[in-house]
Amino acid sequence: MSQSNATMNLTMYRISSWLKSPKPYLMFVGFGLVLSFWYFSVEVWKLPRFQDMPSLTEVFEEWFSEDPYYGLSIYTPEYYKHIGISLRRIAYAFCLATALGVPLGLFLGWSQKLREYIFPLFELLRPIPVLAWVPLAIIMFSGSETPVIFLTFLASFFATTLNTMLGVESIDEEYSRAAYCLGASRWQTFVHVVVPGAMPYIFTGLQISIGVAWFSLVAGEMVSGQYGLGYIINTAYIMVQYSQIIIGMITLGLFGYVTSALVRLAGDYMMQWRVRELALGGD
Amino acid sequence: MSTLPKDDSMPIKGAIRIEDVVKVYDPDGAAVMAVDHCSIDIPAGEICMIVGPSGCGKTTLLNTIAGFHGLTSGHIYLDDEVLCGPGKEKAEPGSDRIVVFQNGALFPWKTNLDNIAFGPMMEGKLSKDEIYEKARKMMVDAGLEGTEDSFPGEVSSGLRRRVEIVRALMNEPKVLLFDEPYRALDSLTKSVMHEALLDIYYKNKVTIFFITHDLEEAIFLGHRLIIMSSRPCKPKKIVEVDIPHPRDYSVLTSPRFREIMNEAKGVVNEEARKAFEAGEKEG
Repeated sequence: MSQSNATMNLTMYRISSWLKSPKPYLMFVGFGLVLSFWYFSVEVWKLPRFQDMPSLTEVFEEWFSEDPYYGLSIYTPEYYKHIGISLRRIAYAFCLATALGVPLGLFLGWSQKLREYIFPLFELLRPIPVLAWVPLAIIMFSGSETPVIFLTFLASFFATTLNTMLGVESIDEEYSRAAYCLGASRWQTFVHVVVPGAMPYIFTGLQISIGVAWFSLVAGEMVSGQYGLGYIINTAYIMVQYSQIIIGMITLGLFGYVTSALVRLAGDYMMQWRVRELALGGD
Repeated sequence: MSTLPKDDSMPIKGAIRIEDVVKVYDPDGAAVMAVDHCSIDIPAGEICMIVGPSGCGKTTLLNTIAGFHGLTSGHIYLDDEVLCGPGKEKAEPGSDRIVVFQNGALFPWKTNLDNIAFGPMMEGKLSKDEIYEKARKMMVDAGLEGTEDSFPGEVSSGLRRRVEIVRALMNEPKVLLFDEPYRALDSLTKSVMHEALLDIYYKNKVTIFFITHDLEEAIFLGHRLIIMSSRPCKPKKIVEVDIPHPRDYSVLTSPRFREIMNEAKGVVNEEARKAFEAGEKEG
């Protein structure tokens, strides 16, 4: 109880000190600068090469219109269907990548022998870009859903596994020695030392993983599938409905940010010790 | 051993006999002798201070007793049982000999209370309630009340060391192995820690094998100083500290303390100079 109260207070304290700092106001200035550059360059100055760009007013009018010209705005169920399908693919791929990548990374870091078997193969597959997997994904998996999920999964899986393995390697040997000294078995040491000790790296890996998941999702949706935010962007480009490209991009940015924030929150929740240590500035 | 506590509860267990131990490292083909035909006899319940220049191989000796390293030849006995020797190159790490590490090895992801309960929880001989009751009681006895639910990263380094010693004592070890545990502490904190350690020792009679290169610390705490030669490590001189226990800080200014200091200093300085000239690494 007291522990969760302390966390709560800490969060409140952080929010209030954030509001008192110049940070949030600087953030608004930053947004303002970019949006006004967009507005002036396209609509007022009409810079060369900018004339075909969708304008700020055009995009926002379309996005918030009850009767959108190209059929996609915050009032159309179609818009949410695209978001929902993209989110579902991300969820499947990210969960699968985590469920497979974390244990594999833990064992790769823990067992020298397993590493010798698997790691070279892993390192050979890892640099292959997701786009190079597209044809194989389409040949291997039927339908339009599984290939996209597979592509989204791939990059996430590599990021998670590699970071988890590095996390295990980063653990100071004295922690395992201390555990053995105190009578822990090899398995107990794995559970109580290796897993929590690798946790900070695991969550760094998951942060990267969720980022590359969105990246590969869009790549996958552009080649295969009939729904999703990547699909919107690609179709809008082909159909010359440029304002929709921007709507798709902004939506991707928003959801990418929210999912990253959720992963970070989950990390803070699972690593209270780290949050509190960092809040005190170490010692 | 006139200075040993003559208490009825004095342990009859925890005697360490190091007999003709040799440890040769062979990392890149060039054999390096870390420990050279070293024999030390430590009676149960003694505080035995191992003093020597940095890198002389003291830690190697400790690691051999703890079971982290094997030995090349010789025997180590605990209460006349062979820990390691020919045919059993490496001792099994176990909770009868617990190490307090140079840099501290409390698990940062567990609260102080969970750290202290860790050993018995792993052994699983007592129920969880019994273990936590005992852990809380030991924390109160050691003046650690109020820090139970804090993480190690949230308390001062001096307090962390005390938590670590209490954690070691929870398993009721026969021997505590200290690897320069107070090296990184400032001298004021150090003096507080010394008295706290003696206080804990008077309550729980264990054998203490304590590595240091601080002569004042060694004379203040120990029944006996074993001054080691620079690498390869081997006892060069044994100094009896016949100042009766219990001791407190007034001992430091006593004439006898100065006499012992002078007796030991010459030998230690000579070895330190040799080590320096040989260009040994820290460690």
